[in-house]
Amino acid sequence: MTTKLRGKSAIVGTGHAGFGEAHGLTAYDVMAQSALAALGDAGLKLSDVDGLLCTMMEDSMPALMAAEYLGIQPRFIDGTMTGGSSFVNYLTSATMALEAGLCDVALIVYGSNQRTASGRLVTASRPPAYEAPYNPRYPISAYAMAAARHMHEFGTTREQLADVAVAARAWAQHNPEAFERGPLSRADVLGARMVGDPLTVRDCCLVTDGGGAIVMVRADRARDFPKAPVYVLGSAAESSHRQISQMKDFTVTAARESGARAFAAAGVSPSDIQAVELYDAFTINTILFLEDLGFCAKGEGGAFVEGGRIAPGGVLPVNTNGGGLSCVHPGMYGIFTVIEAARQIRGDAPGIQLKDVDLALAHGNGGVLSSQVTAILGSQNTL
Amino acid sequence: MPDATGPDQIFQRALTNGEIMLPRCDDCGAYHFFPRVLCPHCHGTAISWHPASGKGRVHTTTVVRQKPERGGDYNVCVVELEEGVRMMSRVEGIAPGDIVIDMAVTAFVGGAEGQPAVLFKPAEV
Ligand SMILES: [Zn+2]
Repeated sequence: MTTKLRGKSAIVGTGHAGFGEAHGLTAYDVMAQSALAALGDAGLKLSDVDGLLCTMMEDSMPALMAAEYLGIQPRFIDGTMTGGSSFVNYLTSATMALEAGLCDVALIVYGSNQRTASGRLVTASRPPAYEAPYNPRYPISAYAMAAARHMHEFGTTREQLADVAVAARAWAQHNPEAFERGPLSRADVLGARMVGDPLTVRDCCLVTDGGGAIVMVRADRARDFPKAPVYVLGSAAESSHRQISQMKDFTVTAARESGARAFAAAGVSPSDIQAVELYDAFTINTILFLEDLGFCAKGEGGAFVEGGRIAPGGVLPVNTNGGGLSCVHPGMYGIFTVIEAARQIRGDAPGIQLKDVDLALAHGNGGVLSSQVTAILGSQNTL
Repeated sequence: MPDATGPDQIFQRALTNGEIMLPRCDDCGAYHFFPRVLCPHCHGTAISWHPASGKGRVHTTTVVRQKPERGGDYNVCVVELEEGVRMMSRVEGIAPGDIVIDMAVTAFVGGAEGQPAVLFKPAEV
């Protein structure tokens, strides 16, 4: 059951800036450089942008700050904040706005300087009142407790978690844009400093600077731009909780619902997907999302990722840029799942370019496994 | 707070008096936590308060690793109470690394960050 929005919008430009360390730049500087890069990729100018979709970690009105900084006056704006999934979620609202004629050129953009500014994850949100007294370390304590429960229920092992990080690094080693490209073994991950049991520092995403941007237009004009268009075939969201203590089942995320609806909207199934880009803030994420999105059965995610099965040359290409674990993680990573999926389809991926990719999946996660958003992207051949 | 009327005020005032009170929906009979003005299960608004049994099990757990000079390692967990609700807390009186999922625990009112808070200890066998 496809939806009326299938293939109605297309990504015609992607860009990024400030990967790694963006010395001397503010988060908004990195945001603006990313916007310029994506618009340059699309052959457009900032003055062409009349739709802005943006959130940042800096303050409570980042979309307004971004519009002001860029010197634009958008007639459509969306600053919905669902954490790192926000930017995948914007694919839906941008498509609706474009299709309804509320804007003609939609810019999705993000920027952060968290590494050079503070060296840790920055957030503008307050700790939840009924959790804060116990001093959980956000966000790792939440993900650690999800991992512990998965290990308890399904026998998932620390070695299997480690293999997610090892696979991400193996992809990153081929990607000149990736921040961490040194060798990484299972033993390295297991022997790294324990941060929140059962997760070591190598089970955790990087803390880098960086920004990303995406330019979208209506499908009817998508072929008028320099790069091959990448169509949004389906996108869907599901939100289950905000505080980790409120998560109903620590081993099942709302990706089960967002994924099912995104696949239905696109009219394809997991076995059709050629590149899978997941928000891997922690190694447990990749396992949970592969299960919940239907690439393997619940509880089998550990075995599914074991021994290089999602690494280059494995059975399923997952996080082909190196992911948040090894490529880039500037606080909110979601936009980079879309950018890498789009580049794999266009054929200009920065690292390993897979052959003839027509269908790719981008999956964003926000909060503490709270907000799940899945998008299916396709080439011209999939329309 | 002599005239505590809001859900959070009622919960906190009970803690100050050394009691753990839980909100329960008069319509569907289910408990919920955190306290709020409606039942998240049936969306009814008639809520009454009942003393918690204090019996629970560790649903999931982690150790926050921290250098000794900054206070050392400590436990963060989510406990499921006999009443069916879950809350974040920590288990005291046992090394943080020895706390395991499904361990039986008993609630008590202790202090966290200078405020009264629900804490747990291993249940007596
Ligand atoms: Zn009720």
